[in-house]
Amino acid sequence: MRPMSVVVTKVCDIFAWFMVVFGALIINNGHNTPGGGFQGGAVVATFLSFLLAAYGSRRVFAWVRENIFGFMACFGPLSFFVFGCLGFPHSFFFNSIAVPEGGQPISDWLPYAGTISLMDLSVGCGVVGALSMIILLMYKSIHMVETGEGMGGERGHDRFER
Amino acid sequence: MSRHLPAFLIMTPMLGAFLSPLAVMLGRTARNAVLVLFSLATLVISLGIVSATMGGNVLVYVMGGESYTLTMPSGMAYPVRIMFEIDGFNALMILCVAAATFAGALFSVAYMDRFSGWKRYMSLYFMMATGALGMCATGDLFNFFVFVEVSSIASFGLVAFWRDKPEAIEASFKYMLVSQIAAMLLLIALGALYGKYNALNMAAIASMARGGTLDKIVLALFVIVLAFKCGAFPMHTWMPDAYAEAPAGVTCLLVTVSQASFYGLIRICFSIFPGVGGAVVPWILIVLGCASMFFGVMMAVVQHEIKRLMGYHSISQVGYMLMAMGVGLLAAGGAEGVYGFKAMTGGIFHMVNYSVYKALLFLCAGALYYATGTRDLDRMGGLVRSMPWTAGMFVIAAAAISGLPPFNGFISKWMIYESSFAVHPALTAIAMITSVLTLASFAKVFQAAFLGPAKAALSGVREVPCAMLAGMAALTLFILLLTLFPSWFTSRLFDNAAHALLNHQGYVSAVMGGV
Repeated sequence: MRPMSVVVTKVCDIFAWFMVVFGALIINNGHNTPGGGFQGGAVVATFLSFLLAAYGSRRVFAWVRENIFGFMACFGPLSFFVFGCLGFPHSFFFNSIAVPEGGQPISDWLPYAGTISLMDLSVGCGVVGALSMIILLMYKSIHMVETGEGMGGERGHDRFER
Repeated sequence: MSRHLPAFLIMTPMLGAFLSPLAVMLGRTARNAVLVLFSLATLVISLGIVSATMGGNVLVYVMGGESYTLTMPSGMAYPVRIMFEIDGFNALMILCVAAATFAGALFSVAYMDRFSGWKRYMSLYFMMATGALGMCATGDLFNFFVFVEVSSIASFGLVAFWRDKPEAIEASFKYMLVSQIAAMLLLIALGALYGKYNALNMAAIASMARGGTLDKIVLALFVIVLAFKCGAFPMHTWMPDAYAEAPAGVTCLLVTVSQASFYGLIRICFSIFPGVGGAVVPWILIVLGCASMFFGVMMAVVQHEIKRLMGYHSISQVGYMLMAMGVGLLAAGGAEGVYGFKAMTGGIFHMVNYSVYKALLFLCAGALYYATGTRDLDRMGGLVRSMPWTAGMFVIAAAAISGLPPFNGFISKWMIYESSFAVHPALTAIAMITSVLTLASFAKVFQAAFLGPAKAALSGVREVPCAMLAGMAALTLFILLLTLFPSWFTSRLFDNAAHALLNHQGYVSAVMGGV
């Protein structure tokens, strides 16, 4: 994929960040309004699509590190799991922050929606990481088919090393 | 602590899936420890669940709340919670899935050792197990759909794990196509139910369903979708390809994933829509069962590729269970109630048997592929000398699937023969012919792979590593226990499961509280 005109790249510079802010808003307000971690995460992941479309794959691949997205895709589900466990001894997923045993919130600084809000953040983190990885891999394969770079030289789990 | 068992059942493999990338980064020992220990923990939890549901107990677990309903400030109560409802029937299915997960994990430690891609393999493996366990445990139809999707998406990736093989990509794509069509039909059925009853909780719908036209349409959709997913003829086309191309440890688990769909079909027919559609539904199950049995085994007999052959046998074995459950559904409420109950007990016994011996057969096929590098029976021969343990365990599994006395397969098939004879002798005849052809087919496999002169190309073949043998031995032990103590298993587990299926009111009242 080649970079697009200067008009497109400048517009991308301004608006791609708005997508991140808008996605974060959807993630953060998932307990009050339609949305949540998955929907917001999908919106945030469009950031990478904008960059790839505007700047081209070669330049974006030089900027981004796949490992960061891998870490997010791993950290999100794990933190989701930990927040789910906060519900014990009532039940898994029980909102023990918003509905504590004695009726008093555990802390003032915790979100009033309790674990729901924290779990939204976890899911959002996981979805941003996973979708961004998918987008990167799709562009990589397009790049591979267009240029022939890396074709046939792959040593992955598909090699039967006898 | 024991009341949280249903939650732990899902949490354990899910945590295994999330931790897998970290474990793989920490090295080989950590990776193997996570794979084996998390699957062992799942098996231990499933044994706890089976023990807790003995004697007709029903475990109900509500995620995130005390009650299955959410009460609004106006006083209206909506049945929206994620809920697990486990009785004697789904407890058995959960045990089968957990046993296959453990055996497949042990086997994979050595089988997959020479490949990279472990992060993906382990994560998807545990997610597939989570999906299958969730399908068996859930008490909510929408969550059933979610778990179907979780297990399906994980299995698409695992079937295409060896992505340099066009056959693996094709098998995965075919499986994906069939699964997604089925998923869309399932979603339409769920939408229709939600539109009518304003609920998707299984017990809530079971308490409200009266057998109207919409109920019949929804039931028809469920039967089509779940027959697709469990590989019944003529919707079986994905099964031999997917089973053949997936790594052996995955195929072992895929067998129980398709059994989870069979579980869903039976749960819907018996517990949610009992009696809806009159005798039509049981006869559809019987006809599907007979066709699957006969055509499955006929296609298996002519195969030369060991895993495809076993894939076609899977279709045939699903046929036995469908026929048994159809007979049970047809006869249980009528004058032939005793035969109906026996058919159901036989069907449930066969379901457990099938999960165990078919999983073992796929592991044996994987061991042969690991040692020889081929799945073509014509290129094997004389392996009994170099692979005696694999040969011994293959013989036990083959005898069990062929229904040879005194193995467990014989006992369950005999119960199915006896009960189906009461409905029509032709059903028994088809089942017996299928059994004979199964024996012929496995005699051919044993002769081609293990007997005869050793092939020069296979002179360097040795027995597979201990971890692979341990995975196979775990399932062999399960088969021997079922063979040696059939009365204990029948009286304590299978009769209990059949009673649970027939006790529609008990299933509803465990959640709704005596409606």
